[in-house]
Amino acid sequence: MAKAQTTSLRSYALTRLGLVLPMVLILLTMVFVLMRVAPGDPISAALGGHLSAEQLAERRHAAGYDRPLVVQYLSYLGDAVRLDFGNSVTDNRPVTSIITQNGAATLELTLAALLVALVFGVTLGLVAGRLRDTPVDVAARLAGVLSYAAPVFFVGLLLQLLFGPMLGLLPTSGRASPGVTFALPTRTGLMVVDSLLAGDTYALSDVLRHLVLPAVTLGLLTGGVFLRLVRVNLLQTLRGDYVEAARARGIGERSVVVRHAFKNALVPVITVMGLQVALLLGGALLTEQTFNWPGIGAQLVHYLNNRDYIAVQGIITFFALVVVAISVLIDFVNAWIDPRVRYT
Amino acid sequence: MSTIVTGSGDAATRGTLAPARPGRFTLARRWLAPIRTAQRLPRWTLYAGAGLVVLFVLLALLAPLIAPYDFDQFSSHGVRFPKQGHPGAEHWFGTDVRSTDVFSRVVYGSRTALEVVLSAVVFSLLLGVPLGLLSGYSGGKLDRLLVLIMDALFAFPYLLLAIVIAFLLSDRLGSGVVTAALAITVVYVPQYFRVVRNSVISVREEPYVEAARALGARPATVMSRYVFHNVVQSVPVLATLNAADAILTLAALGFLGYGIQPTVAAEWGYDLQRALADAGAGIWWTGLYPGLAIVLLVLGLTLVGESLNDVLNPLLRRRRLEKVQLPPRPGAADAAAPSPGPPPDAGPGGRGEP
Amino acid sequence: MRVRDLRVWYGTERGAVRAVDGVSFDLTAGETLGLVGESGCGKSTLGRGILGLLPAGAATDGEVLYEGRNLVALPPRELRGLRGPDLGLIFQEPMTRLNPLMRVRDHFLELLRTHEPGIGEAQARRRSLETLGAMGIPPTRFDQYPHEFSGGMRQRIMIALALTLRPRVLVADEPTTALDVLVEAQILAILADLRRNFDTALLLITHNLGIVAEACDRVAVMYAGRIAEQGDARTVFADPAHPYTRELLRSTISLATTELHYIPGAPPDLADPPPGCRFHPRCPDAMRVCPAQDPVELDLPAGQRVACWLHGPGGAVPEGGTLPLEREEIALAEEA
Repeated sequence: MAKAQTTSLRSYALTRLGLVLPMVLILLTMVFVLMRVAPGDPISAALGGHLSAEQLAERRHAAGYDRPLVVQYLSYLGDAVRLDFGNSVTDNRPVTSIITQNGAATLELTLAALLVALVFGVTLGLVAGRLRDTPVDVAARLAGVLSYAAPVFFVGLLLQLLFGPMLGLLPTSGRASPGVTFALPTRTGLMVVDSLLAGDTYALSDVLRHLVLPAVTLGLLTGGVFLRLVRVNLLQTLRGDYVEAARARGIGERSVVVRHAFKNALVPVITVMGLQVALLLGGALLTEQTFNWPGIGAQLVHYLNNRDYIAVQGIITFFALVVVAISVLIDFVNAWIDPRVRYT
Repeated sequence: MSTIVTGSGDAATRGTLAPARPGRFTLARRWLAPIRTAQRLPRWTLYAGAGLVVLFVLLALLAPLIAPYDFDQFSSHGVRFPKQGHPGAEHWFGTDVRSTDVFSRVVYGSRTALEVVLSAVVFSLLLGVPLGLLSGYSGGKLDRLLVLIMDALFAFPYLLLAIVIAFLLSDRLGSGVVTAALAITVVYVPQYFRVVRNSVISVREEPYVEAARALGARPATVMSRYVFHNVVQSVPVLATLNAADAILTLAALGFLGYGIQPTVAAEWGYDLQRALADAGAGIWWTGLYPGLAIVLLVLGLTLVGESLNDVLNPLLRRRRLEKVQLPPRPGAADAAAPSPGPPPDAGPGGRGEP
Repeated sequence: MRVRDLRVWYGTERGAVRAVDGVSFDLTAGETLGLVGESGCGKSTLGRGILGLLPAGAATDGEVLYEGRNLVALPPRELRGLRGPDLGLIFQEPMTRLNPLMRVRDHFLELLRTHEPGIGEAQARRRSLETLGAMGIPPTRFDQYPHEFSGGMRQRIMIALALTLRPRVLVADEPTTALDVLVEAQILAILADLRRNFDTALLLITHNLGIVAEACDRVAVMYAGRIAEQGDARTVFADPAHPYTRELLRSTISLATTELHYIPGAPPDLADPPPGCRFHPRCPDAMRVCPAQDPVELDLPAGQRVACWLHGPGGAVPEGGTLPLEREEIALAEEA
């Protein structure tokens, strides 16, 4: 076997993780600062009108809001690293449990949307790139631009109008019918998986029917981005030197496109997927509002409206950490696929 | 006794794309030249996009003249408008649950959208460009710090950021145009910063800059001219695409309720949130039209931005490929010549120019 | 292979660029023909044109006769089938010519499976290793990725790929320009072996006269889309018939050089070339007839073929045509 000249995936992983720490620090600091910008403190903001002054002071002390800012900052950092986000002010739930309970819903939605996006975006992108400047290409590009231009909630609205009152085919709100929600045992939190595990086909079909519209809505948004990216990459790759060299060896056009161009064009898609996480999270938030999907986004809006800054801080911190984690994960996948990246 | 001027073709037909005809508009012509020589498709998308944008600008500017009613007007001459009325002669796009005219709201909505987005883009430029220049020129610790901050801002889910900032600002500044604009500004500043900083840095390291310096250009000239050139090439495209994105962000803020208050101005996102409740009853006009307005305006801006990119970016540009007509071969195909060996007689005379 | 009157023109908004404008030569098995010329004279286009690898917007005309068929008129599918087993092309820049996501063995297997669909894996592997071994690449490196090789080795891999199917005609487009001198010598030695071992006809495109002198049997000097002179390498270099060849040789730097010699002016714009003989604006021996009529290709007694009015044919030259050409001083601004 060849001598290992490339650095192993492991050492790459370690290096990459090391680079992540400053980013996490900055993000956490940003969240901290943002939350402190609001006048007063979280306790008064949330419960100001409901409790007497001493009770407020007591709560404040209990939550540590009368300590000097620096101390608060450090304790916040420590808590964040241990994933301890405290308890919400308004209803005294541990923020962590808010996240886990609703996080599964958001996760399910996001995964389904990603699936839709990949199928829609990548296939159309490859087709459009292969048939450049034909009507198919133009139509595909237009579809891509439109899917980006139409806000998620507008698409959701249209789909609801179409499949709700007009055609009456699909449910437009919630994750599942109340009966199913009540009866289905929660193992993973992902209802599709849970219903498969429980062998409950009725529940499965119910859950899937509820999932279709939101997933398609969110998926189309991201799919448009993938479509344009894949198309551009494919065009560039087809002009590349090694493609020309392959043609010079008599490799057939279809083989050239599929084996050389497609694969190479898809590599940057992985990277972009990482960047899309931010877009996806924002879109998930909006989709959840549109379809009454009980995810974290909905919770965020709820607590924000109630001025429960502790819960809000916890949720946002969680989001920030998720974004960082995913970008690191994406880098790993990239290094795994593209052997050149491992070279330090 | 003829004399022949030497030289291989005069300058006008050599390298330059558009012959440098002296006279007025030379600069504009040179800049517009890529548009004329680009392929048909990018040109048409550019025109289509520009048309859409112009339409909305007109709607925004002439709103009071075009909209039959005010954006929150629910009655006229003492008669209250129908609630959630179907589109008809009186109300082209129907009315919503508060009895306001949907068409007027759409028209005034374009005014709001353009105000906010324009302010946001201007603010972002005012913040992002100088910071980028500063960071690029000074380098060192300041640069690294700024880059880290900007990258973190960039990585953060933009909608969350905008929501939080809008929310926090609304406590102090109220929920108006300025708040929304500022919230959106924060989201986009990192992009301008990055682009400008990259221009400055790359200019320092590009071979063509070295070449210019070797030819004797002063460092200040070099930096300002090349940086300016790079920035001018990338910023307009970025600004257009950002404007498109900003409209979506504004609408999202409005949809969630953190945007502009309905009493202050009409806003499409807010209207869509109201329309959601109507969907269950099958009332489609309250949501379709504001939504379409968003789609068309964003589409227009995106088309302009992207075709500008296609047209201006020399790497992506595909020049029109002309069909070549080869003139027929003069002289017959004397393919009777054998492999090199004994020299055959001189070939057919005069392969003159056809 | 015989090339007759090959023309390759590109369409641009400035007009047609006549990259190759009426080129004729022969390639025999086991011989190396060096194609020399300045940058932009059309030699790369010529190389690619023979294989039919031109970009969209190029129009080809003429004859490229190979085994009784005219490659120019061949449908693209058949031409593609010839690339690999009959025709090969080696590119200039080896660093980017291999797919970075594919291992070396994948490149070879793909090639063999495309042209010999039924081939078994073991046999494919054996043949690939054989060719690679001839290039000096050890079998242990067969499974590595392209970025793990140096430039010189990548070029050798490219040559091995091109030779695996034993093509009868090989075009090498400046194969050593991007490589340093030592590696260049190795590559040239490999190419020289081709003549002996495989009887391949090699068209070696280069701008380096030294390579031609060392590695080529015959040479063709190209200028502005046309061949100025072609013949046995030694003869042409010893006694160049065309003024351009002569000037080129004089411009070459060696240890004996005491003063730099150069040809004034610049190569012409191929969209609007000078009338008549294209070299006349820069030719020290230009005559009146030169800009007026295209020179006629003749065969000289020493064996070269040249296209220059200095050599006649006398009968085609009009009255007074042999008088020296008068022209204005080349203004400094028109240089380059």
